[in-house]
Amino acid sequence: MKLGFLVDLNLCMGCKGCEVACKVENDVPLSSWRLRVKYIDIGTFPDTSRSFTPLRCNHCENAPCERICPVSALHYLENGIVNVDSERCIGCAGCMMACPYGAIYMDPETNTADKCTYCAHRIESGMMPACVVVCPVEANIFGDVEDDHSHISQYIMAHQGGVQVRKPEKHTDPKHYYVGGGTYTLDPLAHQRLEGHNLFNNITHLKHNGDPHHGVLDRFLAPFTSHGTHDNKSFMNFDNTHEQEGGH
Amino acid sequence: MVEHTINATHAVVTLDVALPGIIWGWMITLNMWAKSIGTGVVFVAAYLFFRHRKEAMPNLRWAMPVISFVALNVFLLFTLVDLHQPYRMINIFLHPHWTSAITVGAWMASLFTLLITILMVIGLADQFTEYFKRGCRVAPVKSLMSFAGKNSGTYEKILPFVVFLAVPVTAYTAIIMAESSARELWQAPTEVMQMIWAALMAGSAALIMVSGSWSQEARKDLALILSIAVFFSFAMYMGEYFFSFKSAEAEATLAYVHAGGEYNVEFWFGMVLGFIAPFFLATSTMKNDNVTLLRFAAILALVGLYLAKDVWLKIPQMLPLS
Repeated sequence: MKLGFLVDLNLCMGCKGCEVACKVENDVPLSSWRLRVKYIDIGTFPDTSRSFTPLRCNHCENAPCERICPVSALHYLENGIVNVDSERCIGCAGCMMACPYGAIYMDPETNTADKCTYCAHRIESGMMPACVVVCPVEANIFGDVEDDHSHISQYIMAHQGGVQVRKPEKHTDPKHYYVGGGTYTLDPLAHQRLEGHNLFNNITHLKHNGDPHHGVLDRFLAPFTSHGTHDNKSFMNFDNTHEQEGGH
Repeated sequence: MVEHTINATHAVVTLDVALPGIIWGWMITLNMWAKSIGTGVVFVAAYLFFRHRKEAMPNLRWAMPVISFVALNVFLLFTLVDLHQPYRMINIFLHPHWTSAITVGAWMASLFTLLITILMVIGLADQFTEYFKRGCRVAPVKSLMSFAGKNSGTYEKILPFVVFLAVPVTAYTAIIMAESSARELWQAPTEVMQMIWAALMAGSAALIMVSGSWSQEARKDLALILSIAVFFSFAMYMGEYFFSFKSAEAEATLAYVHAGGEYNVEFWFGMVLGFIAPFFLATSTMKNDNVTLLRFAAILALVGLYLAKDVWLKIPQMLPLS
């Protein structure tokens, strides 16, 4: 079994329902995303169109994040999911440097790497990932790509020639496919980021602790302090100047 | 103009989330810089031991491992401090994942530090025998130094292994960068050589600082090593910066810096300060032995190397990945 995702961008209407469902299902903290929907406007007025691209972990068969993880916190499940063991993660951020899709984030509450797991906990219980269930237009198609009769396999067969993956030149063999996409939606170099969202991010540094009031020593003292005293308000005040300056 | 109506040239991101740009920051720069010193002094000292009599460099036997020990501990400290879960560093030893260059590097660097510590203890025990015999009042230190002094020959037996191990310890960071497949600028075979040149540069610069009592010939060799290292390192940076093989993402990264983007000034400041100036200063001291000028060149090289490494570490991280 090899679980995979396919998003039909012709169907996606950018409602961000999947993004919200993912946040709720996985308790994804503020300022972090396992799944996000990027809007891209194409053309010049009046001939313009808007495309929506849901972006999540590609669960690569040849995953660079799994290879670089020094402690096997990132590991393959038997069904092909690239899973994260947050109890083992040392927070070196090597996976964030290795993932060509920018799909991994450092959880500001646990200080460990995290990412989309295709809702592995739901799969284990025989359920579909939260983003699939919530999609009102069934743009997210999920299933076993090794099973010729699965919906996703049938969909891939029906759209042969039109199925794409992100950055195939990286040879990561992603198990996340797109139908209806183009270079401008899937290649980050092919679109501009205007109004501060230019091609390059402005210089922002990953905080070692999501709370900007915490310093280096706090990481060493963290195990001895209670999580209950965590000031969630400070995450709300997280330095978001980069929102105006650019993101990934 | 008609080309402005082509859709592909007018794709604009109008809504996206913001994520932190630079993930590996100054701590990793400092980590790499300190490691260059820690292994570089071993390479340079090995060459000097081979080339000159020990009397020509009276303090090298103990100063080399002391410098290396300090630099390696700075390197290890900032490796630890940069982790978001520093206490879990132990997992690298309890649950090693051998495909990761981080794991292999951590094991090798730990072994290397252990061997350097042994060299340092023996070197200090031999150099300060009288102090440890009579002046030292801490009994365990006294007995350790006495034991080390009695096994002085171990130094020369261990040294070849330390020099051999210094090669992969120097180069493994380049493999980590190669495994960081999201940052295409680092996916270059030149990174390995860049690490080796950086080590020779930092190693010779660090030893220059303690070479005041050395023979002129030995110091001349140090100046020569520094000159060669900064020359080739500079040449490689220029090659990579201007006309190396470039993937689309590396091309975009460098085009941005070329056009005066972030880190452009730091890069050129580092090149002039750390490579061009030390080259001329160091070569000028080879004819007329001038310790002060050579030390100045060494300090500039160390500062410039830090800046160059810092820029090369950060610029590919500015590129959005999706």
